[in-house]
Amino acid sequence: MGLELYLDLLSQPCRAIYIFAKKNGIPFQLRPVELRQAEHLSEAFAQVNPLKKVPALKDGDFTLAESVAILLYLTHKYKVPDHWYPQDLQARARVDEYLAWQHTALRRSCLRALWHKLTERERERERDLPSADSFSRWPQWPGLGQAEARSQEPGARSFFLVFHVMFPVFLGELVSPELLAATLAELEVNLQALEDTFLQNKVFLAGPHVTLADLVAITELMHAVGAGCQVFEGRPKLAAWRQRVEAAVGEDLFREAHEVILKAKDSAPADPTIKQKLMPGVLAMIR
Amino acid sequence: MGLELYLDLLSQPCRAVYLFAKKNGIPFQLRPVELLKGQHVSREFSQVNSLHKVPTLKDGDFVLSESTAIMIYLSCKYRTADHWYPEDLQARARVHEYLGWHADSIRGIFGVPLWSQVLAPLLGVQVSEEKVERNRTSMKQALGQLEETFLRGRAFVAGQQVTLADLLALEELMQPVALGHDLFEGRPRLAAWRACVEDFLGAQLCQETRGCILSVLEQAANKTIPVPPPEAHESVLLRIARIP
Repeated sequence: MGLELYLDLLSQPCRAIYIFAKKNGIPFQLRPVELRQAEHLSEAFAQVNPLKKVPALKDGDFTLAESVAILLYLTHKYKVPDHWYPQDLQARARVDEYLAWQHTALRRSCLRALWHKLTERERERERDLPSADSFSRWPQWPGLGQAEARSQEPGARSFFLVFHVMFPVFLGELVSPELLAATLAELEVNLQALEDTFLQNKVFLAGPHVTLADLVAITELMHAVGAGCQVFEGRPKLAAWRQRVEAAVGEDLFREAHEVILKAKDSAPADPTIKQKLMPGVLAMIR
Repeated sequence: MGLELYLDLLSQPCRAVYLFAKKNGIPFQLRPVELLKGQHVSREFSQVNSLHKVPTLKDGDFVLSESTAIMIYLSCKYRTADHWYPEDLQARARVHEYLGWHADSIRGIFGVPLWSQVLAPLLGVQVSEEKVERNRTSMKQALGQLEETFLRGRAFVAGQQVTLADLLALEELMQPVALGHDLFEGRPRLAAWRACVEDFLGAQLCQETRGCILSVLEQAANKTIPVPPPEAHESVLLRIARIP
């Protein structure tokens, strides 16, 4: 059968893996898992990943979840160029350090910031609508993507999720202005840490060459950009780094990987029963 | 100077690093950083790690944070036994698979009882019953997944032998245990795993590592826990506010 990668390019860690595999000419079968159709919750997919998350990998009988695990597996198995994950002890430790930090820091705060901001906007919209019980009447929100909910690894979710109906009043109650302010402050702190602690005056996050760390970081931040959140504004150092990473990866591949998320805002709203399935995951995410 | 490890054994990942270094006979200078005394925000420690986080490793001029990165670095530099972080492609992948899930489902969750039961009250802050209940549910769910997915058909969380993942996992679970939550009650698979890991490490090493956290409730009762100084308040309050 060969290598199979179960991905939805709506998801940021899925894109990091897609870009990495393509860039390194790793042969694989793409197995799309439509998060918006709750395909990750199906019994069939549970055979691949009982944790019901994308990305997932299947290599013969070997199945694997978690994006960092998958990236490292591909790195070692396909003997990609050393710079992605250097053999040198200290250089590699820098990559490990970033990959560990980002999972509980930048990802978390970016995700929460987005959801909390969205909830605020939902609250404003709710005030203008007669009732919240007709899912089909919710309009598209320009610049925002469709819901992914708990469909990918929780910590790796992109931060531009929107449910076109999500009981916004309920969500609104969960996200007070204080919580929103705290969330945005935390995002600021993490973006600052990205610049001051990791990037500093280096060319790339972990040293002079592009590594897995840059790929994971850029797909997270670019997701925000794709949905209209200008995290690079007022951060020229980060913006310059972004250009370098895009150039290192190749602009065509970059564009291809981000096609889905850039079109997401034009897609139809999800079915209400599917939304219901995805709801608990979303709620868990935004607290 | 040699290897220095900046640790506070109140912290779960610090204990995992300490256990790993000690069990493997890795020579190091222990540099205690007492979080409750606000030492992590001191000028001195900031010069070591500007993120004010423990554990931190210093090896000559090389400074490294993040417990996973530290343990991987140590395992390679000191050529620890293969089982800790196996060379085998698939076995190693399982370690990272566990660690990915751990970052989402264990980190930030199992540490909450210490904050809600001991540290918040020290600053006169109350964590709501709703949050406490929610945390209990999250822990329960995580323990279920640990048993059903990671320990199903395996002696340890990433395979048939102890890996660095088991240390990180167990020390997280010990945090609420120290605060009086018997997480292992009614969970025979989990209890068996714990016994195996502790057996492997040795009772003495476990006691030495956990002395501080295991006496925290007693210290709270005797009011002998230091109240964090003003410069540490902000980080403590921020951490408490982040409890979902």
